[in-house]
Amino acid sequence: MGNQEGGTSKPRRGGVSKPRPGGMPKPKAPACCGMGPLAPQRAWRRCACPCHPGAHRRVAAVVLALAVTLAGTGGVAMAAGETAGVVRGEQPGLLEAVLFYLVATGVVISVLGICLSRSVVRMAVWLFVTLGLVALLYFLLAATFLGAIQLIVYVGGTLVLLVFGVMLTSRSPWARYNCRAWELYGAGVVCLVLLVSLCLLLGRAEWVGTQATTPGVPVARIGEVLLSKYVLPFEAAGVLLFIVMVGAAHLARDTKK
Amino acid sequence: MTQFSVPWTSRKPRFGPFGRLLAAIGKGIYAVATPILPRVALLIFLATLVVTPLLVWACGELFAFTLVAVGEASPAGQPDVEWGAPSTWGLPPAAIGSVLTTRATPAAGLMKYVVWICQFRIVRDLVILGAIFALFCIVPAFAIWWERKVAGRIQSRLGLMRVGGWHGWAQSAADGLKLVLKEDLVPAGADQALFRAAPYFTIIPSLCAFVALPFGLLWVFRELDSALLFILAMLGVEVVGVIVGGWASNNKWSLYGAMREACQMVSYEIPLGMALLVPVICAGTLSLVEIGKQQTGGWFSWLAFTNPFAFAAFVTYFIASLAACKRAPFDLPEAESELVAGFMTEYSGFRWALFFFAEYAAMFVVAALACILFLGGWNSPLPAAWGDSITTVLGSAALARGLKGVLFSGPLWLLFKCGVLLYTQLWVRWTLPRIRIDQVLYACVQVLLPLTMLLVLGTAVWVWVSMSGSAGWEWFARIVNWILGLIGLVFAAGFVVIAVYGFIHRRPLVGYLAMDPLSGA
Repeated sequence: MGNQEGGTSKPRRGGVSKPRPGGMPKPKAPACCGMGPLAPQRAWRRCACPCHPGAHRRVAAVVLALAVTLAGTGGVAMAAGETAGVVRGEQPGLLEAVLFYLVATGVVISVLGICLSRSVVRMAVWLFVTLGLVALLYFLLAATFLGAIQLIVYVGGTLVLLVFGVMLTSRSPWARYNCRAWELYGAGVVCLVLLVSLCLLLGRAEWVGTQATTPGVPVARIGEVLLSKYVLPFEAAGVLLFIVMVGAAHLARDTKK
Repeated sequence: MTQFSVPWTSRKPRFGPFGRLLAAIGKGIYAVATPILPRVALLIFLATLVVTPLLVWACGELFAFTLVAVGEASPAGQPDVEWGAPSTWGLPPAAIGSVLTTRATPAAGLMKYVVWICQFRIVRDLVILGAIFALFCIVPAFAIWWERKVAGRIQSRLGLMRVGGWHGWAQSAADGLKLVLKEDLVPAGADQALFRAAPYFTIIPSLCAFVALPFGLLWVFRELDSALLFILAMLGVEVVGVIVGGWASNNKWSLYGAMREACQMVSYEIPLGMALLVPVICAGTLSLVEIGKQQTGGWFSWLAFTNPFAFAAFVTYFIASLAACKRAPFDLPEAESELVAGFMTEYSGFRWALFFFAEYAAMFVVAALACILFLGGWNSPLPAAWGDSITTVLGSAALARGLKGVLFSGPLWLLFKCGVLLYTQLWVRWTLPRIRIDQVLYACVQVLLPLTMLLVLGTAVWVWVSMSGSAGWEWFARIVNWILGLIGLVFAAGFVVIAVYGFIHRRPLVGYLAMDPLSGA
């Protein structure tokens, strides 16, 4: 029994460019060796694929690894401190604290996942995890309305559209994003500025209360404020979205008449 | 021996110690259960039916008793104790024991420790979470069995008849066991990590939706201020798992299924949300408990019958909810006759079962939302005044409470109404043909969307006019309420009559298609 198309019964090995008789055609050549930027340097030197050309990615990987380690250690230390404080009877809400640090660590990891993954759909999935975990943080802080709205707007709407767009437009099933060196460094500078300013803001902030027992803002109040004090921005956002919708409909209109 | 050449690279099946252990457990269960199960299957079924409500009732009574006892025992009246709260580990058992002896509780020596454990909020939460998880497991298992029975009846078959004795009631459990023990296959060309993770993206949100879903006035795990939004968000998040699973399978049928799902969900979320806005405008709140509370008092006070726009919104919501949980006639993401199984083509075993669990749980959640928002929630159609008279007639408060919980309001009513709506979903699925994707989008964008917009506008005007509260308008609203209620009664009666008529006049297939349904049994 030979192969129906070619007549050869030789078993194929992985990574052959010949399209299979059924199913999605494989990409001609693998765009990447599949190693992430955190793979050991030894493996990188041996790798001949075009995505590991220079040192910038390695530098970024090392910096990121350091950042993760620092953030993780800091998070664990802070969590331990909080736990100790709770056990000594200084602060209430051990469970909230533990959950907060767990979720926050998850957010950091998933954000790193967005930065480090190269497949566009994987990035979207990491973004999904990030948005979900941030919504979980909102739920922990009793801001249910905010969390639910975040999930509806960003996950149910934007993210689905994003993945949908990738599915419609990408030529190969494994759409990859290769960033240039200057993009990486530019993004790094922006992130650094943001980080420093956030730290400054955090240092200046006055924390009102440590207790997690404050009830959340009632939804009715949010609605009232939205339709009285902030009615102008609310309507402006609505008009903006409407204009976007009309513009999109115009662009997508069939021009042949 | 001929070597078949296959377009995929073959590999030896690898079984780790965990897999071997699972297989050994499965074989052991099979060896022990096979001779015994058929004899006791009906007994198990009936016992579960009886014991589960009793267990739930006992837990509820225990919690209520705990709150009372702890409130009496503590000086400051401290009903909820946070786990890990500083300086206190709850009331000591001795203090609770003294209260119990004064209240003449039977077995106070044991009860004081039970009450001591139950005074912590986290313990009660864990028990309730366990109950929610159990319901989450039982609902799909039951719904799948029911769907297969209904499908069989509608197609002049018997449906499930063998496993478990009575009408194959244990088929879902047997299927579950089979699916768990199957090999966990991941296609070589798939995106491995995403393929493995996708079912969890679907099932976790559908489980989370149960967290905010009230089953009764006090039967809710977390009474959220914006419970409706929360559940809507969970229904929206569920799509991501379907899309990611379809994409990661690296199969064109899966991809088509995923794209259809994305397209359908993004468009149908709008009429769904708009239709839900109608009862929200009528009730003036997003809290499901509050909305359910406002519909106390019998058939004519249900929200669907209060104004014509809400009545129409119920219909549009039902149609949009069919699309939201990808049920026929909107089951294009898994159109069996076109796309093999759509986004689930490459899935098998437990991951496939997870997708199914999520789908049926979403069906239940959607039906429960419809019940709470339009059909009176956990309130029975009987007038509430009868319930008050029962209390005076019976005399015994505990008995009256139990009877009221069964007859007038309570989770059983919500489950019953959900069952009716679920049955409607099944009925629709097995009688209507699947519509094309362009028809799906036409129905959404050009029919449902303008219609729901009009409904929202009409409801707003209706509520605005009723706020003025003139006497003439009140009479008009009352007459409209009666007419709508009567129409609803006619619909309900027609539903029952048609279903019963179909069941009584069921016929086997004629001609050569007719055969012994249990040949070989």
